[in-house]
Amino acid sequence: MTTTAKVKGSTGRNGSSTVASPGTLKEDLVAHLRQGREELRGEWVRAMTASGNLWLDSLTAREQELESVEVYDTCVDCLDSGSYRGAEEFAARMARRAAVGAMSSERFLGGMLALRDVYGRGLLRRFAKEPDRLNDALGIFESVVNRILVIVAMAFNTERERVIRQQQEAIRELSTPVLQVRDRLLILPIIGLIDSDRARQLTGQLLDAIRRLRARVVVMDITGVAAVDSKVANHLIQTVDAAQLLGTTVILTGVSPATAQTIVTVGVDLSRMQTVGDLQGGIEAADRLLGYRVIAAEPGAEPVVPATVA
Amino acid sequence: MPVPILTQAPYLIASVQAALTDADLIGLQNGLLDEARRRRCQGVIVDVTALDVMDSFSTRTLQSLAAMLRLRGVETVIAGIQPDVAMAMVRLGLTMPDVRTVLDLDEGLAYLQARQQGSTGRGQ
Repeated sequence: MTTTAKVKGSTGRNGSSTVASPGTLKEDLVAHLRQGREELRGEWVRAMTASGNLWLDSLTAREQELESVEVYDTCVDCLDSGSYRGAEEFAARMARRAAVGAMSSERFLGGMLALRDVYGRGLLRRFAKEPDRLNDALGIFESVVNRILVIVAMAFNTERERVIRQQQEAIRELSTPVLQVRDRLLILPIIGLIDSDRARQLTGQLLDAIRRLRARVVVMDITGVAAVDSKVANHLIQTVDAAQLLGTTVILTGVSPATAQTIVTVGVDLSRMQTVGDLQGGIEAADRLLGYRVIAAEPGAEPVVPATVA
Repeated sequence: MPVPILTQAPYLIASVQAALTDADLIGLQNGLLDEARRRRCQGVIVDVTALDVMDSFSTRTLQSLAAMLRLRGVETVIAGIQPDVAMAMVRLGLTMPDVRTVLDLDEGLAYLQARQQGSTGRGQ
């Protein structure tokens, strides 16, 4: 057992050329795994099928072979070269596959664990008659396998976090659309809760849209805002003030009776804001400000907007 | 850096090109008041598109400039406040309720012209 400490201390590195050096043992290991590839790979595929793992099930026989060869070789390469780039890339690819639903982390991890067992049993068979070397070989093998499994788990984790970030971004983008309804007229329907983060982001988006589309009037509709307290009202006032600094008139619509009661009761001063009952009224008021007149195309039909002259 | 004052009869355009020191602001105020008297102009546009900071002093100076010019019957318009600047100003509580602000120089000219023709219903 004198060699054990030496081996464990320098696992994974190409060592000196003494008989029991980790280098030779490792080379021996690699050679063994390479030679026994077909046998061990077949064993792995069978183990997977037996355990009901569906990783390889959806693939054709040819794809199955290619994929299992790739997994097998990637792992052996890691052992051989001490570099885990291949494993990282492969795991990242699998994680991306999982993100589109073509793979699950359970299947992949289960498969990798099954492969570990197959390798382990292979080693047991190879070194059955040399318990000392078996111990050293397992030492080398286990540290590599553990590292690969960590890489796999991290890859799935990273991919999942990326997807979550992307979705959060999408929700944030979706939650405050700024829509152009006519030349120089925008509507901003606000739905949901308004906190200071959202208010800041909403204001930023509105101001950018005002600049980009050269808006003169914005109708801000708060029908979808469940609760308006003094904090929310102040956020709205700030948004309106900022838009006014850009020369845009803001019309606030959709103040529900309950909201109106709260606003007046808590004493928030919205008198500087132009308010209209509903979105339709707001757009009509904006039309008047912009000098538009909406009239029915068919003669004799009811005009949508009473003919107001700008 | 002093602010160049351009004439676009019957209006004056002060085009701010770089961050203003307090002395620059006072200079701008004096320059605009003098020019407005000399050229008998009817409107002044201060274009702040290039500014990325508006502090309390510049806001107040611009407001009092507008009030001074109004006493001589001249309408003042601030054009081109950047979205980021507007957000920062609102957060600091620096609004300009008595001064007309517009999106850009084009809008400023359109506003002054519309005002001069006595037409109503454009903007505020």
